[in-house]
Amino acid sequence: MSIRSSATEMAEALARKEISAVELANQHYAQIEAVDKDVHAFLHLDKAGALAQAESIDKKRTAGEKLSPLAGVPLALKDVLVQKGVPTTCGSKMLEGWRPPYDATVVTKLKDAGIVILGKTNMDEFAMGSSTENSAYGPTHNPWDLTRIPGGSGGGSAAALAAFEAPLAIGTDTGGSIRQPAAVTATVGVKPTYGGVSRYGLVAFSSSLDQAGPCARTVLDTAMLHQSIAGFDPKDSTSINHAVPDVVAAAKKKDVKGLKIGIVKQLSGAGYQKGVENKFNEAVAELVKLGAEIVEVSCPNFEYALAAYYLIAPSECSSNLARFDSMRFGIRIGDDGSKGAEEVMNLTRQVGFGREVKRRIILGTYALSSGYYDAYYGSAQKVRTLIKRDFDAAFEQCDVLVSPTAPTTAFKIGEKSEDPLAMYLNDIATIPVNLAGLGGMSLPCGLAEEDNLPVGFQIMSPAMKDDRMYLVGGALEAALLSKWGKPILDFAPSLVGSK
Amino acid sequence: MSLNYDQAIQKYEPTLGLEVHVELNTKSKMFCGCATEFGAEPNTQTCPVCLGLPGALPVVNQTAIESSILIGLALNCSIAPFSRFARKNYFYPDMPKNFQTSQYDEPICVNGYLDVEIETDEGNKVFRIDIERVHMEEDTGKSLHVGGSTGRIHGAEYSLLDYNRAGIPLVEIVTKIVPNTGKYAPQVARAYVAALRDILRGLKVSDVKMEQGSLRCDVNLSLAPSGSGELGTRSETKNVNSLRSVETAVSGEILRQANRLQSGEKIVQETRHFLEESGQTRPGRSKEQAEDYRYFPEPDLVPVVPDNKWIEELRKSLPEKPADRRKRLQSEWSVPEKEMTAMVNAELLDTVEETVKLGADPTKARSWWLGEISRIANERDVVATELISVTAVAQIINLINQGELTDKLARQVVDGVIAGEGTPAEVISKRGLKVVSDDGALMKAIEDAIAAQPDTAERVRSGNIPAAGALIGAVMKATGGQADAAKVRELLLKHLGQ
Repeated sequence: MSIRSSATEMAEALARKEISAVELANQHYAQIEAVDKDVHAFLHLDKAGALAQAESIDKKRTAGEKLSPLAGVPLALKDVLVQKGVPTTCGSKMLEGWRPPYDATVVTKLKDAGIVILGKTNMDEFAMGSSTENSAYGPTHNPWDLTRIPGGSGGGSAAALAAFEAPLAIGTDTGGSIRQPAAVTATVGVKPTYGGVSRYGLVAFSSSLDQAGPCARTVLDTAMLHQSIAGFDPKDSTSINHAVPDVVAAAKKKDVKGLKIGIVKQLSGAGYQKGVENKFNEAVAELVKLGAEIVEVSCPNFEYALAAYYLIAPSECSSNLARFDSMRFGIRIGDDGSKGAEEVMNLTRQVGFGREVKRRIILGTYALSSGYYDAYYGSAQKVRTLIKRDFDAAFEQCDVLVSPTAPTTAFKIGEKSEDPLAMYLNDIATIPVNLAGLGGMSLPCGLAEEDNLPVGFQIMSPAMKDDRMYLVGGALEAALLSKWGKPILDFAPSLVGSK
Repeated sequence: MSLNYDQAIQKYEPTLGLEVHVELNTKSKMFCGCATEFGAEPNTQTCPVCLGLPGALPVVNQTAIESSILIGLALNCSIAPFSRFARKNYFYPDMPKNFQTSQYDEPICVNGYLDVEIETDEGNKVFRIDIERVHMEEDTGKSLHVGGSTGRIHGAEYSLLDYNRAGIPLVEIVTKIVPNTGKYAPQVARAYVAALRDILRGLKVSDVKMEQGSLRCDVNLSLAPSGSGELGTRSETKNVNSLRSVETAVSGEILRQANRLQSGEKIVQETRHFLEESGQTRPGRSKEQAEDYRYFPEPDLVPVVPDNKWIEELRKSLPEKPADRRKRLQSEWSVPEKEMTAMVNAELLDTVEETVKLGADPTKARSWWLGEISRIANERDVVATELISVTAVAQIINLINQGELTDKLARQVVDGVIAGEGTPAEVISKRGLKVVSDDGALMKAIEDAIAAQPDTAERVRSGNIPAAGALIGAVMKATGGQADAAKVRELLLKHLGQ
């Protein structure tokens, strides 16, 4: 067992007492120490808290207490989920120094499962971005090529996995923030069905789209983590009161015979890198070999998904981010006794928010304004309904839908930061799933021939049928592994200390 | 020459609109589990949700929904099978999320009415007030501006924020326009708020204490030339916090607007603040610069879809309507209309009913509460029921009926109870207030009185009965007021051969 092992293997080694949770955490801290100055996946390390937690798991194990399957395995937590007493910034200057007084439900569940939270990972400010360049604390670098982006907004979580700084991570996905980083770092990420995982304690960007989810290096690890964090939460009114599908069993099944897999016609062609399409098609061919049936489906309204998303998400964000006013938490600028509350709020928001956040607040404020509401927000909601109908119709013909996760491989840091529209296009294949509230997974399907960088394969499932993603993902992962002969991350250039 | 009220009302026809905010008395807040008790230490009843901390999410209080439905049913509304919360976006330091979660275009109850009765020159008359909607929302926190002379934000040195009130459930009850009230607009407005308050009290969904702000009224008023059938520009007077103020605010606005119109000026659509001390209003912000609240459906909450069976159960559980109850009590107690009105106006109908339930007779219960006790309460500027308990009053009345106390002694017992000397029995024993009913002792006093006033006694003997008053007075004085005057009179007259 090494830090390159899967979380499942680590859990087994812990269960066999070959290694203690404290040792495992320390090994990961050593790796973080060695590589994170280059990768910058973490914003904050909670070494004391993590080691104390690891120690308590070890004690329980020694005492023979029954532990959860992942007890003692380390995890990297996206800095958009609040953890009691641990700084939570959302990648924003606005929240610098804020220590939340409560735990997100996901964090409570992680703690209950004995999963050791190493620290908080970097992200685009308030989860707005596709490259992690919008973090107020500097970008995260893709372990495959440090001059490239690790995706976003959850670039820190994905990079931490790819750089073996943690075997498990939590991300959040509003328009692709789990899946696109997974795609460009050759890791696995799942956006569960909306309502499948509690949003309580997830600092909201766009309430009707946000969803926390599991990230790991293998489909089974992702399923194990999914199982640990999912389930009804009375503190989240939009949480679904329904049994969590057995995603772990599905990930282990590795049998897709007779399964109908739909390829979405609209998620290919113009804008998609050649190597991305090739790897995607090769993966589809593997699924055919495994006995799956391929059907082509058409989702004509996907064309409008990006436009609808960039009205709904900014609208909700303009309201969600109103609370950052310096009155009760976070930074406060200009409170020198000479200014009124409104002025202090203005100054704080001017300084505290970055450009992309301001852009979206302004966009959303405009879209919700009286006289424009119907044309913008109202129309976007109608498009959302049409996209849901497209999915409904598609799922009448097949069990899951597939597409490339992102249209391109990882681009260079700085390449698109002055062109927001080009940046937004990165999420063109992931956004429809969020608008419809469905499940989406990204898993690696190879390296594009042009640049030798990872390509992500997206699997989309109907609502609360998350197990289907794991069924297909587990089977495809096994087939590709035997084709490649070794895990895809072994093809990555070696980082210092990552042996 | 400015118009007086009668002239104003002759020239212009007022149209009313009333918005009443009611704080529900649920144990916990609208969207979190925090306590709602009034008067707690600042910021002790808060949590991540009502402080609007990042990541916190609301969950709707089911009791608040139940209360809202009850209110809707009592006001003859239809209950919406599907209603939603929206976000009303604006920045203010006492609003934690900088948006208020409120129902907007999809309220829980719509289209009801409330009939109110007022006295007019042609006798009592019923006005039907149509209700447009009943919707749920959350209250804001409170700002306290320190320093500066006005207590307002301008000129303050600093401000303190208390979020205990943030998230307390509110129900807003909005009427449709109320036309054709003519000169009775102030009385109709007052009667409506009073009737609403009685209904809410009967439903036990709110404390309805106007002075604590658990019931607040906004008065909309416009004038149009009489007979024109038009609708004028309205003003909205905020936070009118007593029944009397509702009446004053309406009559004051009628006068103000009439005189503006009379002098050729226009009415500005604006929000005005009611000043309790003067009964006047002063302008607030103009609606022309009104904020755009950018309402949109609250994505953190699911729609409210009440089960039909539940609604019917709630309908069956509704208490007797205040107007019906009043009619029933009037007939049970055989009291004149005027006395019923007096009890309702004094807000003592419940108290009198409770006293009667404890065995007191209705007439005495009414006269004690509205007479002696109210008089003392008025002197001390307190509420009658805070002075003395219903139980004590009922006990005193029962003692009078049993001949143990005279009215005069009873007044002393009331004084003693109010002074904190204990229960009526304790006051009676401590003060030695017992009716002298021993015939021997009374006869002795009577004979003493006759001996002292032989001439008067002679006049009574010769048939001048009213002259006995002086002798009875002497006997009462001699017994320290503890004798039953009727009994003294009976014994005296008998003794003098009458």
